[in-house]
Amino acid sequence: MMTMKFIQGGFDRRAVIFLGLLFLIAAVVSFLNLAMEPGSTFHISSYTVALLGKYLCYALLALSVDLVWGFCGVLSLGHAAFFALGGYAMGMYLMRQIGTRGVYGDPILPDFMVFLNWKELPWFWYGFDQFWFAALMVLAVPGVLAFVFGWFAFRSRVTGVYLSIITQALTFALMLAFFRNDMGFGGNNGLTDFKDILGFDVQADSTRVGLLLASAAALAIGFIICKALVNSKFGKVLIAVRDAESRTRFLGYRPENYKLLVWTLSAMMAGVAGALYVPQVGIINPSEFTPANSIEAVIWVAVGGRGTLVGATIGAVLVNFGKTLFTGILPEFWLFALGGLFIAVTLFLPKGIMGAIDGYMAKRKAGKDSGPAAQPQEGD
Amino acid sequence: MSTSKSSILYLENVNVSFDGFRALNNLSLTVKPGEMRAIIGPNGAGKTTMMDVITGKTRPDNGRVLFDETVNLTRMDEAEIASLGIGRKFQKPTVFENHTVWDNLLLALKAGRRTWDTLFYSMSAKDKQEIEDILEIIRLGHLRDETSANLSHGQKQWLEIGMLLAQDPKLLLVDEPVAGMTDAETEETARLLRDIAQRHSVVVVEHDMAFVRDLDVQVTVLHEGSAIAEGTLDYVSADERVIEVYLGR
Repeated sequence: MMTMKFIQGGFDRRAVIFLGLLFLIAAVVSFLNLAMEPGSTFHISSYTVALLGKYLCYALLALSVDLVWGFCGVLSLGHAAFFALGGYAMGMYLMRQIGTRGVYGDPILPDFMVFLNWKELPWFWYGFDQFWFAALMVLAVPGVLAFVFGWFAFRSRVTGVYLSIITQALTFALMLAFFRNDMGFGGNNGLTDFKDILGFDVQADSTRVGLLLASAAALAIGFIICKALVNSKFGKVLIAVRDAESRTRFLGYRPENYKLLVWTLSAMMAGVAGALYVPQVGIINPSEFTPANSIEAVIWVAVGGRGTLVGATIGAVLVNFGKTLFTGILPEFWLFALGGLFIAVTLFLPKGIMGAIDGYMAKRKAGKDSGPAAQPQEGD
Repeated sequence: MSTSKSSILYLENVNVSFDGFRALNNLSLTVKPGEMRAIIGPNGAGKTTMMDVITGKTRPDNGRVLFDETVNLTRMDEAEIASLGIGRKFQKPTVFENHTVWDNLLLALKAGRRTWDTLFYSMSAKDKQEIEDILEIIRLGHLRDETSANLSHGQKQWLEIGMLLAQDPKLLLVDEPVAGMTDAETEETARLLRDIAQRHSVVVVEHDMAFVRDLDVQVTVLHEGSAIAEGTLDYVSADERVIEVYLGR
């Protein structure tokens, strides 16, 4: 009952439009990929399907960044860590599905372990042959890490730049750790050569479409949860914490608990994004932990509009679309373009694309209200 | 209000020093239940530090701070103390700028403060009525949907007082409520505070003598972290040490 009411709070007009569009795009792309012949002008290639699926995963990551940064003032420069951890959990499941089809044909050990001359499966690989276990770990590993990290950071009242730097250090440390061969996660090659997921061939068109739809569904669910959260009184407290943290303490709130809850939730969302990303790109390796990835996610949010949720997803898709175009035409200039974009947005669209649209709409509405119909009232 | 207790707030020999600077020096103070007390003193007398100690922002080096005669405040944090029923209004008006007037009051309104409570909160008719009543008292009813960043300085001060009312604390600490206000606003604020004092214990820190005279309550004079005089404004104004502190030697 209470949960229903809570979820209903997330369905405002903008949310409905967003979800409708998302559903429409996912459905049309799936249909045109599966139902149209490859030669047809209306056919959408499997490459495009996978690309779109990847964008949707990025959009979910951006959403998770926007939740903590836009509404709670926690600028995370380490969200790629949670994304990558979710990805590794899924990657481990996919590795164990390979079975005897690997190069060395070992029924239990993944290829890289055989190559390293390991005789037994490390304990932390147990259970990953089961999808439900891997799915649980996709949520639990980033969630627990974020909870422990947040518990210490928020309780000791670390905020602002210091917090951002610690998050950056977190992802950097994880990157170094995962690069080591003896960590048991495939070292710098990471996990790849996946064969199937839940019994379906990961290369098959229908599986790709399935993953695209799953990504769209995950993004929709994440969006509704975020929206319901920020529309509730909880969300108002979050914004209060963002704008005047000490004031909320004197009202009797404990900002650290509020931050911890959204921070953990956000990390879990990033984990899900990573888990859906891995089967669609076919590989996960430690470079996903690079600090630059986390910073890029922050740029998507800044471009789309911080604190707008919809904007974060739009920013993620647009910037990555640009990246795809650019790296195809002028690969060496992409980083300059990204840097230039960030500067341009900061200067000309300080509230991002969505913020600019909101500002325009508010102005138009105000213009209408002060029209001839609404005379200033006497004796007010 | 029950007046069987002899103090709502009791400070005894409280000391606070920052890097050797004695901000509070054996400060003792008693506020009776239902009383309104004005605290005056020159800059650096320790007024704000005293507020910080009472609300848990600063821990005293030693001394006793008791609320309601029994609760020791020196071991609690801000949120705990706020939940006990001690509200604080800051010198600089601090309202939540991105929230509407209504939402500011909603956040202050006496209700569960845990994450769970706010996640599944839905407004009851009673809560709604309470906010309406407060809007009436602070005279911001016509601005209920206005983002509070757009309020004037005086309106923000009143909104903050309204937020205190919404918290419905037993003890209100009010730091320089009329700083930067016009004369008309000052008068209005004095009216508001006197109104509030009928149902709450209030401690007001203020520079503005005319305003303190307007309040017409007991006055404590702070100087270099200690209370040097206590009584009516006329009484303390005649005190030689007070004259010396304020006029210099």
